[in-house]
Amino acid sequence: MSDRVFTQIGTRPIRHDGVDKVTGRANYGADFSLPGMIHGVVVRSPHAHARIVSIDTSAAEAMPGVKAVITGRDIPPTSAKLAIGEGAFDLHDMGDNLLAHDKALYHGHAVAAVAATSLDLAREAAAAVIVRYEVLEPVDGIERAIATDAPILHADLVTTGLPPGEPAGPTNIAGRMELRRGDVEQGFREADLVVEREFRTPTVHQGYIEPHACVARYGPDGQVLVWCTTQGPFIVRDACAAILGIDGSKIKVIPSEIGGGFGGKIMLYLEPIAIRLSQKSGRPVKMVMTRDEVFRATGPTSAAIVRMKLGARRDGTLVAAQASLWYEAGAYRGSPSGAGAMCCLACYNIPNFFVEAYDVVVNKPKVAAYRAPGSPMATFATESLVDELARMLGIDPIEMRLKNAVKEGDRAPYGPTHGPIGLRQVLEAAQTHPHWTAPIGPNRGRGLACGFWFNAGMSSSATITLSNDGSAAVLTGNPDIGGTRVAQAMMVAEELGIPVDRIRPTVADTDTAGYTDLTGGSRVCYATGMAVVDAARDVRDQLRQRAAMIWNTDVAQVAWDGGRAVSLEESADRQPLTIGEIAAKAGHTGGPIVGRASVNPPMAGPAFALHICDIELDKATGRSSVVRYTAIQDVGKAVHPAYVEGQMQGGAAQGIGWALNEEYMFDRRGVMQNAGFLDYRMPVASDLPMIDTVIVEVANPLHPYGVRGVGEVPIVPPLAAVANAMRSVSGVRFTELPLSPPRVLQALGRSD
Amino acid sequence: MATVHFSSDLAAFTAGLQEVTVAAPRVQELKRSLVRRFPALEGRLDLLAVAIDGDIYNEADYRSLRDDSEVHFVPRTVGG
Repeated sequence: MSDRVFTQIGTRPIRHDGVDKVTGRANYGADFSLPGMIHGVVVRSPHAHARIVSIDTSAAEAMPGVKAVITGRDIPPTSAKLAIGEGAFDLHDMGDNLLAHDKALYHGHAVAAVAATSLDLAREAAAAVIVRYEVLEPVDGIERAIATDAPILHADLVTTGLPPGEPAGPTNIAGRMELRRGDVEQGFREADLVVEREFRTPTVHQGYIEPHACVARYGPDGQVLVWCTTQGPFIVRDACAAILGIDGSKIKVIPSEIGGGFGGKIMLYLEPIAIRLSQKSGRPVKMVMTRDEVFRATGPTSAAIVRMKLGARRDGTLVAAQASLWYEAGAYRGSPSGAGAMCCLACYNIPNFFVEAYDVVVNKPKVAAYRAPGSPMATFATESLVDELARMLGIDPIEMRLKNAVKEGDRAPYGPTHGPIGLRQVLEAAQTHPHWTAPIGPNRGRGLACGFWFNAGMSSSATITLSNDGSAAVLTGNPDIGGTRVAQAMMVAEELGIPVDRIRPTVADTDTAGYTDLTGGSRVCYATGMAVVDAARDVRDQLRQRAAMIWNTDVAQVAWDGGRAVSLEESADRQPLTIGEIAAKAGHTGGPIVGRASVNPPMAGPAFALHICDIELDKATGRSSVVRYTAIQDVGKAVHPAYVEGQMQGGAAQGIGWALNEEYMFDRRGVMQNAGFLDYRMPVASDLPMIDTVIVEVANPLHPYGVRGVGEVPIVPPLAAVANAMRSVSGVRFTELPLSPPRVLQALGRSD
Repeated sequence: MATVHFSSDLAAFTAGLQEVTVAAPRVQELKRSLVRRFPALEGRLDLLAVAIDGDIYNEADYRSLRDDSEVHFVPRTVGG
């Protein structure tokens, strides 16, 4: 596999959707319209925690042009579950999040929705919906949530994962899990040095530029069409069916181009509402969130508190670790605390550890997945403490990590034994990188950190149709976020020898593509790519059979070489047949040639990354700037290196924003104060230097080309890499993010 | 026989046992055997992914096991 010489894989062709995207011609979620379409608007709670006493929709319904008004009563409760994201998402909770039934659980929680003939009229009607609330104390964070006198968000919530016999509720702690190995107390006794700190990270949003948007049409025949921006069109179909009680066969979901997701476009916020409004009004309904709504009412990722203790011997060997992870879930259970627990020690082979993780509900928007969900916050703690240990022991931080790095044959903290993995190779690449050895200028500091993510497998399908002219179409069901169309075309080209620009990759709707799980988990190039490779090989086998028919011989006598069928029997009249020549005779040899494949492979091979960060600090203002940044990552095999580098750079940029600037700011009533890109400060291109990338390729034996997942792990190291760089330049060990100028300035003022 | 390793979470339902051996041709039979032996595991294993010899599957009931297979039950993860 790793020795295979590729002709297409590893090259950098222009993506098929590139021109449309850079010229503004591509159609995103808000770009779709239907004849007779009306506009839907959501009525949102002005309170972070309140009992809904009554909803009076009569005034809104009486307004001319208003075609439908719905409330939580129009979304019947369901006990169904759907496996997406980190475990099975509770569709009861998703339905209640779509339109609150009894309580508003965060500021911006949807309580009603209106559809009218114009957007302005719909907004006017939404304002005319009268909702009476009994305002309750908001639970504003983990400490308040777990206090003995805390208001309880859900009277029926019990803690899952507790040992048998322990009292489970009522509570705001939705879940607990633990990981343990060895004898932790003995491990710490064997340590020459122990460091322990508490780390805090804020609520942050994925910050995708395109807001949530959809158009839904409920036809008079009960057929439902949904056009939407989503990471998972099949999830939209199946969730809408379960939540609304509609036969899934009646729902067709057409995914639009997607303007960023990062995990935030897996959950549903609009589609079932739009379907119900359409059903009630008899008109197609369009809904587009404002940026304010995106911040207030869609899933950010968890704020977290991580208490961690690490012990090392004098030579740098890590001998013990203990961690307690507390993650906010938002209004309903389901934070990525468990993934955080599984990831936080995953870079190192530590013989003794105990990690416990808690999932806590608070009066904030329900969290959603965000790139390697759960790993960055916990890894911030680990990598900060490893940096601190290395400093105190006087050991080079890369040497310290190499000494403890996991390798093939080691057991992951969550149990299984690793196959081939590339952390050591990544660390060695860092050691020799010119960034690591370059001198550091005045008022500048350098830090580094590692990161880990699992990478998902899951179900994927692919279909390849061959045209009579020898060109091909490849059809899959994953919205293309990171350049997966062209990657899939390259795989077909690799297998069949057709030029990449003669292969048309298509993201198909749910009626057209075979079932395919979400675009997420760094799984598309791996799992859907595997289906594409298998489908291409299916086509190749059929081409050999067709050539055998043309030559009137047995298929065993036909080989495939260099994009042509070649006869293994010596014969003057058997010149190699090209795909075009075979395809042109498809009618004579059995009809059109269509290849297909479906797969459900295991997880995509663990990914490890290391980032090096240089920051410059203005000690007078506390403002810091990233002046040099290098991301090094084992990707298994880079199918299209430019888009692999893009993923590494994008993840790094998001992680840098998390480290330096981004945070939800709430007032005492639980109202977000910075729900816009002017006040919620994400890094833009002018804020960052060119992020250098180093692709390390340790082949993943689970994939025919050695591919691993790529897109998630690059957001894991930046939090600690930036904080470690800040430690270098400021002398202060920061344990709370973001490292905004006021926080840095305050710390410098009391720095010793 | 396959060796099953229980996390400390699951060991709370196996009377503290962290490792058992089970004769089972496939994951489905292995799960049934475990639930017969440890009834408190009923309903818990199906919520978890299964790692067979290092490879983690979200759905693996009909996957074959070798005599020397190493099996772990781990929380399901997908990503963003």
